[in-house]
Amino acid sequence: MSELIELKNISQKAADMVEEGRVHKALYSDPEIFEEELDKVFQNTWIYIGHESEVPDAGSFKTAFVGRHPVILSRDRKKNLHVLLNRCRHRGATVCEGRKGKTKAFTCPYHGWGYGLDGSLRAIPKAEEYEGVLDKNDLPLDSLRHESYQGLVFATFKDDIEPLEDFLGGAKKWIDLFVKQGGGYPLKVLGEHRFNFPGNWKIQLENTTDAYHFPIIHKSFISSLDDATADIFDFLDGDGFVEDLGHGHSVMVMIPDLVDLEDDLDQPIPERFEDLAQALRDEGQDEEQVKRLVRAAHGTGFNLNLFPNVSCSMAFFRVLRPVSAEVTEIQHVALGGEGAPASFNRKRMRLHEHFQGPMGFGTPDDGEAWERVQKGSMAGKDGWILVNRGMENLHKSPDGNVAGAVCSETGMRGAYQKYKQMMAAEGEK
Amino acid sequence: MTINTDLLNKATAFIWHEADLLDHKEYQDWLSLWSKDGLYIVPTDNNETDYENTLNLALDDADMRRMRVARLESGESVSAGSVSGTVRMISRLRILEETADYIVVRCAMTLNELRHGNLVSYPADLEYRLKPSADGFVIDRKVVKLMHADGFLRTVSFIF
Repeated sequence: MSELIELKNISQKAADMVEEGRVHKALYSDPEIFEEELDKVFQNTWIYIGHESEVPDAGSFKTAFVGRHPVILSRDRKKNLHVLLNRCRHRGATVCEGRKGKTKAFTCPYHGWGYGLDGSLRAIPKAEEYEGVLDKNDLPLDSLRHESYQGLVFATFKDDIEPLEDFLGGAKKWIDLFVKQGGGYPLKVLGEHRFNFPGNWKIQLENTTDAYHFPIIHKSFISSLDDATADIFDFLDGDGFVEDLGHGHSVMVMIPDLVDLEDDLDQPIPERFEDLAQALRDEGQDEEQVKRLVRAAHGTGFNLNLFPNVSCSMAFFRVLRPVSAEVTEIQHVALGGEGAPASFNRKRMRLHEHFQGPMGFGTPDDGEAWERVQKGSMAGKDGWILVNRGMENLHKSPDGNVAGAVCSETGMRGAYQKYKQMMAAEGEK
Repeated sequence: MTINTDLLNKATAFIWHEADLLDHKEYQDWLSLWSKDGLYIVPTDNNETDYENTLNLALDDADMRRMRVARLESGESVSAGSVSGTVRMISRLRILEETADYIVVRCAMTLNELRHGNLVSYPADLEYRLKPSADGFVIDRKVVKLMHADGFLRTVSFIF
């Protein structure tokens, strides 16, 4: 009996399974730890749910998740944003289905309760039986606190959490750089790829600042590039770095020349972008604007990982959702410029299709590797995942953060230390 | 209603031939079935018609088709190596449009994939625009409308 209790205790001490340079493999598969993560991580911090360009007009909505909770991001008639739990206050059915759309109201299909875009309960069919029983004012859709930065909308169940900008902290500078790839136009979501893989969400989290894997697992992608572009992606021996930005966030700079897309606008047009440059010239864009848009079309030379569920990765947002300990859903969100030349946005989408999503030349091989990590993590009664690469070769960044080589595992260590801190906290319940 | 069964038979024979090439990974022969400007399209939104100005799962011109095949045949892609095979069934063919320059054919496909011992099924509508050629047809456009195109798919290291 005492042994059983001890085992139970071990399984609940996820925080103890994170050491500085290694994490225990049970963190990928233990269902109890997963439940604890939903509670202590996903219900306890800012979670990315969408970009403002996805709900551009009064009446626009998109559906999303905060951990396991289905939510709606809506824009009301006064153009204010709301994040609402997607659950009728009567008997609990979802009031909104589909990925996105436009509507005047959210109406429960079951008994017809109708809610405004701000979540207020507006209509109850045959209301007379509720006289003296309930007041419509008391039963709006539950709403979550939400804040935006550069159009990225985050929501949280933790009402007393720090402001979003404090949470983002050192990552804000990098988000500011990331949005420059609109080419002078506001960043806009152009579409998204969706796929899932049979593995734990933290395997994907680790991947975003893992340069080490790139030339190995993505060899077939690199082979499909022209020589000059392949050289750009040969960054392991370059001047890149990984910087721990605090709060679990980190940035991996693979291509230092592409950190600020508004610098170095005099660079020659690379072969890969000649077709875009010509299309822009044909549209009457002057040479300065052609160079600006071509440089923006590259995307940034870095991946910014925001703990726990979103990254600004070169040219797209990667959004993850933990479904179970051993299943994770991923969105690869394609980005362009609102009002930008159509040829610019077309090129951005073609580049996205080339690498990203379930049929890209890159993602399926990532997915294969993650599936194998999950499978392999079941081998042995005890075992550790190493995240100690480059641990003895650290320096202080100009911003005063811990940084390591581009192919170090500095970002993963930062994320796991934040994870450890959150998992060590006593639950509120 | 009169059905041009002769034309339907010719189109069916061609589409089955293509299906057999793909299931048996005879990709070089598959590449030769296409017109120069042909497009292989797998949309994310099956109601969309302006494929160039929207995000697709794949929008392959001749260059991208060649590179997609090269990737699958190179031995460099670990996910391609994990696909044990595909078996696709194609039926319910109908000629939607018949002109002097091309025909449009719609049909149903169920593709089954075995990967790591797991069977995954992909039901889809296929829409072909076929141009007549000296020895039959060439594919001018193939649109693969997966039933779950806007859902969370498994990754794909084969050709629909």
